[in-house]
Amino acid sequence: MIAQPPVVELNGVGRRFGTDPPLDALIDVELIVNRGEWLAIAGPSGSGKSTLLNILGLLDKQTSGTYLFNGIDVASLGDGQRAGLRSRAMGFVFQAFHLIAHRTVMENVMLSDVYRKGPRRERRERAAAAIARVGLAKRAHYLPTRLSGGERQRVAIARAIMGSPRVLFCDEPTGNIDSVMTASILDLFAELNQGGLTIVTITHDADVAARASRQVRIVDGVLKEESQ
Amino acid sequence: MSRLGAALGWLGQLRLFGYRGRHQEVEGSPIAPSGMSVGDLADEALAGLFARPGRMSLTVLGTVIGLAALVATLGLSRTAGNRIVGHFDALAATEIVVSRSATASPEASALPWDAPARIERLNGVVAAGNMSKVNIGNSQVSTSPISDPTRQTTFQLAVQATSPGLFEAVRATMRNGRFLDEGNSIRGDRVAVLGPNAAEKLGITGVEQLPAIRIGDQIYAVVGIIDTVARQPGLLGAVIIPEGTARNDFRLTSPEIVVVETRIGAAKLVSQQLPTALRPDSPRGLKVAKPPEPQRARDRVQSDLSLLFLMLGGVSLLVGAIGIANVTLVSVIERTGEIGLRRALGATRRHIALQFLLESATMGLVGGVIGACVGTLVVVGVAAYQDWTPVLDPLVPFATPLLGALVGLVSGAYPAMRAARLEPVEALRSGN
Repeated sequence: MIAQPPVVELNGVGRRFGTDPPLDALIDVELIVNRGEWLAIAGPSGSGKSTLLNILGLLDKQTSGTYLFNGIDVASLGDGQRAGLRSRAMGFVFQAFHLIAHRTVMENVMLSDVYRKGPRRERRERAAAAIARVGLAKRAHYLPTRLSGGERQRVAIARAIMGSPRVLFCDEPTGNIDSVMTASILDLFAELNQGGLTIVTITHDADVAARASRQVRIVDGVLKEESQ
Repeated sequence: MSRLGAALGWLGQLRLFGYRGRHQEVEGSPIAPSGMSVGDLADEALAGLFARPGRMSLTVLGTVIGLAALVATLGLSRTAGNRIVGHFDALAATEIVVSRSATASPEASALPWDAPARIERLNGVVAAGNMSKVNIGNSQVSTSPISDPTRQTTFQLAVQATSPGLFEAVRATMRNGRFLDEGNSIRGDRVAVLGPNAAEKLGITGVEQLPAIRIGDQIYAVVGIIDTVARQPGLLGAVIIPEGTARNDFRLTSPEIVVVETRIGAAKLVSQQLPTALRPDSPRGLKVAKPPEPQRARDRVQSDLSLLFLMLGGVSLLVGAIGIANVTLVSVIERTGEIGLRRALGATRRHIALQFLLESATMGLVGGVIGACVGTLVVVGVAAYQDWTPVLDPLVPFATPLLGALVGLVSGAYPAMRAARLEPVEALRSGN
């Protein structure tokens, strides 16, 4: 079997904001995320974990160090190619869900296909499959405003996994959801992870982090491996 | 469907919408940039617009008013231009008289006998009829062969040969009896219609007694007496006989003139077409007397008025454009979170800009379509109410939607640029 590169490999990554005085949000981060892993990045607010996730998700650029995504140095890619990677290889789940309020669950999920030129013909079926996978088949034609917080986050997860991404990046996925719903969302993540999906989630909640297969902690921009 | 798809695919080849490769493996280098099909772009823009139909309608209203004012002004100024001609002298403005050109040879300038039939086929012609003064030599017109020394019984009266259509072309009314018809002319019947003055001279007051007159030695039955004519007053004192009869009895060789009545506003066009319709072989052999164009004197007043309305339309359009720009900008700010999400899903700055540009251009286009309809209806409505003929350059209603789309595109440029410039991280953080 050919050795496959890790999904994510960060070497000495730093992110500095501003110039006067400069603020180092990330300092010399070393991180490897292997295929099939569920990594939780825990840390208090302002610790730099969102910045880290933005860099991992190619929504932001590091100011030092290298980032290899599937063995490819992303610094060598143009904006269009970075957008291409986001659309085809990454899925995003946000704390605020980011669903479009006036579109149905189905339409929100189908939006995921627009920027990777997913074939329009089977789009509806694939979206329906993703919605079924998160257990919302009966809500496919509801507007998000009629759904509970937990259900909304499931829609967002369906949107993220519809294109079979290599990795799912989750930014405080349970931050806006009550504890009962949080448990069911985490069960869903576990199920997806068992199906082979690589998941990186950031959270300030230790209970959420505990569900992951591996945890790292970030404080003041410095990443530390948690002992299991 | 597939052809449309192929066309869209071809468009997709242009870098505008990104690379069209299918789902390349990430390991396989080079990495495919994200892309967006034209169909998806259109769907997204329309969905964005119709998310708030009420707001869109109100936004479009400014463009509708502006463009409707432009169309109505252009249409009404042309319509009114025709109206003024008709208003001042409806009679003169609708009369055309065709005769031989004095300089052309008789062969090249002869009018055809079927001139009325040829002319009535032209659009805008109400009626047409031939009229020829008949040369009766030294013959005189009389009612009876008896010589009455106490009063004059023979008269030197003009004899006119006409085709049946002339009656309508000169707007004649009958006092008594009927006008000459087609059959009279074909058979060469010896019948006559008298002008009122001629009837008075001849002492004929009605046709009930079946009066007859003599022209030279021939006897003609009088079948009608004219009451009035609006044109060609010479007919009032004339004896009018059928054209066919004049050809038989007096060797009339061709019609002398053709009198044409047109609809208001059509005289100019018809007069241009007449020579070709009558003598396609030598249109220059004919002389066409068309009505004068009194609107020249009115041109100044009218163009001042048009300019005022055009300026009003322009101002409304500007207000409409600002409205579109404003609403699109508000929409960009409201949808900051959505823009961030789209960037996360793989949209590039270009995709975001294109979507908002398409939204604003669509608003302009919709405004243009509605504006063109409303403007055209105004022109038709005003013309119908005033009994004018509506005139509108056919280019105007079709160019208006394009102008609207252009206005929308220009209005959307700044908001689209703002949307494209948003950093995805900031957009995701601020929006919801």
